Amino acid sequence: MAHSNWRDIALDGLWYNNPSLVQILGLCPLLAVSNSVINGLGLGLATLLVLVTSNVTVSVIRNWVRPEIRIPVFVLVIAAFVTAVELAMNAYLHGLYKVLGIFIPLIVTNCFILGRAEAFASKNGPLRSAIDGFAMGLGFTLALVVLGAMREAIGGGTLLAQAHLMFGEAARGLTVTLVEHYRGFLLAILPPGAFIGLGFIIAAKNYIDQRLQRRQTAPAAPTSAPQTAESGG
Amino acid sequence: MQPIVRNMLINALLLGLFAVAGTGLVALTWEGTAERIAENERQALLDLLHQLIPPDRHDNDLALDWIQVTDPDLLGTRNPVTVYRARRNGQPEALVMTPVAPEGYSGDIKLLVGLEPDGTLIGVRVLTHSETPGLGDRIDIERSDWIHSFAGRSLQDPEQERWRVKKDGGVFDQFTGATITPRAVVKAVRNTLIYFAAHHTELWAPAAQPQSGDGHGP
Repeated sequence: MAHSNWRDIALDGLWYNNPSLVQILGLCPLLAVSNSVINGLGLGLATLLVLVTSNVTVSVIRNWVRPEIRIPVFVLVIAAFVTAVELAMNAYLHGLYKVLGIFIPLIVTNCFILGRAEAFASKNGPLRSAIDGFAMGLGFTLALVVLGAMREAIGGGTLLAQAHLMFGEAARGLTVTLVEHYRGFLLAILPPGAFIGLGFIIAAKNYIDQRLQRRQTAPAAPTSAPQTAESGG
Repeated sequence: MQPIVRNMLINALLLGLFAVAGTGLVALTWEGTAERIAENERQALLDLLHQLIPPDRHDNDLALDWIQVTDPDLLGTRNPVTVYRARRNGQPEALVMTPVAPEGYSGDIKLLVGLEPDGTLIGVRVLTHSETPGLGDRIDIERSDWIHSFAGRSLQDPEQERWRVKKDGGVFDQFTGATITPRAVVKAVRNTLIYFAAHHTELWAPAAQPQSGDGHGP
């Protein structure tokens, strides 16, 4: 991990090593919750919060925790923060909490959070770990929101439906109805639509990457080679 | 002490420390949010009940005035079903029952059934369901007006034989491509009315034990 500066860490999380589009980690929540923009945004931000706090904590304690017990300690840290976030959402975003249901506690099992603790935060200082957590979390949120927008628009003809669950009653007006009296395209809402949509997003990203690479033909080698995808969800 | 034992002890101690710290964080957050969560749950329940019984029709606390009844045949579940009672000046004003339609296309459909004391339906709402999006989910008030077709009905209107979807010779619409879901809901509402007709005096009995206000929900 030879990150030269913060800009690279940020670009890595958002684009070159995006947890959802390149590492293909955390697929279970990505596919399950991306049926609307608001659901995706809600779970994405909750994950981001957990990722930043767990990364910073892991980074601070990295020199005290012996290698033999580091994984259980990381899991403990992550589980504690997830439970705290879950309680806070139940208290302050009750409607969204009900919609996301089991997927909030399941953030604990999102393997890229443990992955960042192990691969980055346990080897870097708190500030860099915070930036990494923020960038990775934002990358995950972006993937969720883009996929959510695709599925919501194609499946239901709206964008930002149920915005009041997240932003309060005043946000009801945020909902954009793209097509009036749209009957909906069921496939996009159902699980297969999530796989197909994710496939298209990954294809689009790879296409853009190829174009960028071709433009700078002379100096070869992309800025940062993607890590190999680990298995798991 | 042998080095290996020493190491194990230190590790155990470290793990224990982190467990205590993690639990502490959760406990603190719980302490700070518990009251608000209970209030949220109570408010969510009241919002639901007020869809069927407007706040100006009762002067008691709906979230606290409830009893539970059990009838697997008519109420669709072996679990106790909660009945909320609305009263004004101590007089029965309306009831909300929470039966289950067990024959949904994909599992239980939990309902809210609002009833006048004389057995007329104030209305029906779907609490939770896992019916197919775009087909069966039109029982949901956010998706279509279908659920309004129960308002004002009773066990005599239509007569019991016609308490079915149109496809089965009844008066209630089914959906294009989805008959099972509305059929399950119509049957559950009819059974709830039958239950109510047989038990309506018991449903107004005073709450058995003093109710605590810890946000008990359906």
